Amino acid sequence: MLKKLARCIREYKKDTIITPIYIIFEVILECIIPMVIADLVTKIQYGCEMDVVIKYGVILVLMACFSLAFGGLAGASSAKAACGFAKNIRKDLFYKVQDFSFENIDRFSSSSLVTRLTTDVSNVQMAFMMIIRTAIRAPFMFVFSFVMAYVKVGKLASVFVVVVPILLFVLIMVIKTAMPLFRKVFKKYDALNNSIQENVKSMRVVKSFVREDYEKEKFTYAAEDVCADFTKADKILAWNTPIMQFCLYVVMIFVLYVGSYVIITTKGANINVGSLSAMLTYGMQILMSLMMISMIFVMVTLSVESAKRIVEVLDEESTIKNVEGEQLQFDVKDGSIDFEAVNFKYAKKASKMALSNINLSIASGETIGIIGGTGSSKSSLIQLIPRLYDVTEGTVKVAGVDVRKYDLESLRNAVAVVLQKNVLFSGTIKENLRWGNKEATDEEILEACKLAQADEFIQRFPDKYDTYIEQGGANVSGGQKQRLCIARALLKKPKILILDDSTSAVDTKTDALIRKAFAEYIPDTTKIIIAQRISSIQEADRIIVMDGGTITGVGTHVELLKNNNIYREIYTSQNKAGDKDEE
Amino acid sequence: MEEKRQNNTIKKVLKYVKKYWGLLLFSIVLAFVSVLLSLYIPILVGDTIDEILGMGQVNFIQVKRLLIGSLILAVITALCQWIMNIINNKITFQVIRDMRKEAFAKIQELPLKYVDTHPYGEIVSKIIADVDQFADGLLMGFTQLFTGVVTIIGTLVFMFSIHWKIAIVVVVLTPISLFVARFIAKRTYNMFRVQSEYRGEQTSLIDEMVGNQKVVQAYTQEEEILEKFDDINEKLSEASLKATFFSSLTNPCTRFVNSIVYAAVGLSGALSAMNGGITVGALSCFLSYANQYTKPFNEISGVITELQNAMACATRIFEFIEEENQVLEGAKIIDEADGNVRLSQVCFSYVPEVKLLENFNLSVKPGQRVAIVGPTGCGKTTVINLLMRFYDVNSGTICIEETDIRDMTRRSLRKNFGMVLQETWLKAGTIADNLKMGKPNATDEEMLKAAKASHAHSFIKRLPNGYDTYISEGGGSLSQGQKQLLCIARVMLCLPPMLILDEATSSIDTRTELKIQEAFARLMKGRTSFIVAHRLSTIQEADIILVMKDGNIIEQGDHDSLMKKNGFYANLYNSQFITVQQ
Repeated sequence: MLKKLARCIREYKKDTIITPIYIIFEVILECIIPMVIADLVTKIQYGCEMDVVIKYGVILVLMACFSLAFGGLAGASSAKAACGFAKNIRKDLFYKVQDFSFENIDRFSSSSLVTRLTTDVSNVQMAFMMIIRTAIRAPFMFVFSFVMAYVKVGKLASVFVVVVPILLFVLIMVIKTAMPLFRKVFKKYDALNNSIQENVKSMRVVKSFVREDYEKEKFTYAAEDVCADFTKADKILAWNTPIMQFCLYVVMIFVLYVGSYVIITTKGANINVGSLSAMLTYGMQILMSLMMISMIFVMVTLSVESAKRIVEVLDEESTIKNVEGEQLQFDVKDGSIDFEAVNFKYAKKASKMALSNINLSIASGETIGIIGGTGSSKSSLIQLIPRLYDVTEGTVKVAGVDVRKYDLESLRNAVAVVLQKNVLFSGTIKENLRWGNKEATDEEILEACKLAQADEFIQRFPDKYDTYIEQGGANVSGGQKQRLCIARALLKKPKILILDDSTSAVDTKTDALIRKAFAEYIPDTTKIIIAQRISSIQEADRIIVMDGGTITGVGTHVELLKNNNIYREIYTSQNKAGDKDEE
Repeated sequence: MEEKRQNNTIKKVLKYVKKYWGLLLFSIVLAFVSVLLSLYIPILVGDTIDEILGMGQVNFIQVKRLLIGSLILAVITALCQWIMNIINNKITFQVIRDMRKEAFAKIQELPLKYVDTHPYGEIVSKIIADVDQFADGLLMGFTQLFTGVVTIIGTLVFMFSIHWKIAIVVVVLTPISLFVARFIAKRTYNMFRVQSEYRGEQTSLIDEMVGNQKVVQAYTQEEEILEKFDDINEKLSEASLKATFFSSLTNPCTRFVNSIVYAAVGLSGALSAMNGGITVGALSCFLSYANQYTKPFNEISGVITELQNAMACATRIFEFIEEENQVLEGAKIIDEADGNVRLSQVCFSYVPEVKLLENFNLSVKPGQRVAIVGPTGCGKTTVINLLMRFYDVNSGTICIEETDIRDMTRRSLRKNFGMVLQETWLKAGTIADNLKMGKPNATDEEMLKAAKASHAHSFIKRLPNGYDTYISEGGGSLSQGQKQLLCIARVMLCLPPMLILDEATSSIDTRTELKIQEAFARLMKGRTSFIVAHRLSTIQEADIILVMKDGNIIEQGDHDSLMKKNGFYANLYNSQFITVQQ
């Protein structure tokens, strides 16, 4: 896992390596300063000249400056390394996601991908920064202070050998008990978050069912819960500082006690007051570094989860990509489509086939209607054509060539699908439409919108084609959105145009106008229309009736009325009142 | 102005804290004690050092006494700090909880206009992120600001009492540490703001694109988006580089100032010691003070940025909490309305510039059916918004059972309506939870009966856990038709006297639709209903047809009279319904 992430350091390797070096220098200087002062104190105790004191002063200031310089350098290089690292991870993740097939996306769910790209990366960035700075600094400081203390006062330094393990034990205990609690709280936090989001989104439901009080109560319960857990977790963490300080004082007292004892017994032969004061400073540094180590520990464990989630995405192999090593087709010759003994299921593990034994051949320029109940796999069928999913068995051919032999981009440019879930993106109408074709001229855009019957309402907007569309197309109605999406698809000038129930919110009259425009202006394009309303498809050259993942009938409106039960049933149910009217 | 607002915010924050003033006071006392003790210990240590001056000249009894004293003090200090930490945490988390509760309750009180015009994310981030930020600031403020100030004052007093000359050296050096701290804090604050702006921009790009990855791929837009992404990623990286760099300067700078102060004290102390003005023990004590003295300055500057941030968050939260509530409601309660609905001289528009309804009159008798007809986007939801009082009329009145709906409680008004709309409203929970939403105390038998009556029972039965199947927000894996059946069953369970229905057109197969129609018919029996209609039969059978266009009701009457009028409806009818039959 680490290896995978480390690969994202790339051009920031130099900064990553040099940061610890700067920090080591900084630490060394910091450790020498107390020693110099200790020397000074000893010298003064035995009496010395003024110029010696000044010399020491200059040395001290110089060392402080150097320490600052190294600290600054370390800061710069670590910031560069950490930010660069995060940038690269985000880039890798985002590129990876762009390569994902629908199957991959289904597996992760898009909201979880978003969290991985944002929050998780931030967590890992913080941890990385910690590791290259503090994780080097703290242990080094620890060791160096220990060595210095030993050099200065000899055996007396062994007090740390006793105190440090005790402190370490306590710190680890504290963290160990607090960590699971924190994890639990974070999970509850997500729940709280969701509860708010859901309530804001479906405010009309809550209000119309007069459920405000119930929701308030539910929320209060959740908030109470989070509050209690946090208090509990922090109660444990609250031990940290007092214990640290206490240990510090204990070390101080112990040093002084033993120190004074040693001074008496050895008559000050190997210890003096200056060393004692240095010893105290080192004690402080040792304990502080311990504290830091425990903090790093917390940070790193918290971010391990995030790192795991990131690597999961990086490790995921796209299930659909251009076949390597084979001669790819870049040119889609016409709009004919063939399904040959196609079986398809969404996940390898799924027990049920979404499509089974589909054989179908569509000529270029034909208009095909598809109708059938929910769950009859109409959408699954058409998603195989632009290779949004790959078949499980059998082959799908476009213009006589297996879709897997095409370059993906060329294939998808030739096959335009208006998906059931219509989406517009934040940007002007023009920008949205140019998704279909970057280089589309204004005239082409106008023409496509006229075909899709969108021009009429766009002209009524104050800013016409420059009207800004909010994220998700929040400021246009469902029917308008659908027409814009159709126009967008038309701009691709596709060989095959697929409308997956994309005129459902458009009224019948406009729907008819759109179909008429298709027939007149793009006669050579193969058009596949999935619809619920018979009126949307009854003029199609052929209509396919689907049920439970199989084709139960293919034919014209008249033929199907005669020999397909499901079709007839649908027709009569939709036209009951109309029949009466005609009589 | 700005200052006044900040003062206001502080006042409001204090109001939340007031509830816990006893704890707060206790915490302040503890902070005071622990700081004083931790300042006193160095004096004892210094005294001890003075007792061991020279070779073999140690007053051992005195040393022992002093050390035991320090040990006891150390224990007390640690205890005080511990209790203080716990109290502070407690106060903070409870204040958070109080604030969240209030903010959440506020959501329920807000007029829909607010929710319709603000992105969800913004509201959520106010209740979660802003409250968190505020709390962090508060916690830090409690623990550090106070102890910091006490430490500074305490050390100054002790230092002056030991040796005023050296103390003055320290005071003179203070501005350096203040200056450095402020410089860094200010820079970092700005940098972090820039960083969070870019981060927000990037998050919304990721959210939009990854959220709709399927569309992106269907249009082979990957490369264009990667370009956009790279651009913003680069910008974010640069901004965060600056922010991180400045913030990482804090520690080295602090240490630098510390070292300087430390050296200055050491030197001036050494000089005085040479002249016999200070004992070596006092000097060592001084050195430890110098260390303690500079630290809070850096902490305080951090705390101040944090507090500023917290205040900004608090202001945002209060703005939200104080957002104007929906207009007050009346007090009348009508348990079961008779179904009489009358709109007289109603004028309404969402924004003043675009007039929608003007002097609209409509009278519906109990049990009548009103069909709302019109092309897409003609504003059919407006009527619903007004009837349910999601929005209020600008002028005119809407009466139910001859009572102005503004005189009724919202609760009783909405209880009298049942709604089934195309955008189905399911919440995360089990099927049973969702069904019982309108009538939480319904028995399982009642629920079952309603589900059967609305043809939902057969598919619910086939779900893995039947009525206890958990569905995620928005209905999860249920089909559009199934979701709508559930919504019908839900209304069927509480059977309100008036209905608002939306005939579905999209994504529902005919068999399911037949079931829905039947369920609708059963539901409407004897009830006043408003139907957003798409099918001919519904429209023809309606008692009143409202024809809407561009948000306005342009014609009104029954089928025959409207056909005779030969206006927009007749035109619509001829073009939409007759052509189908060719």
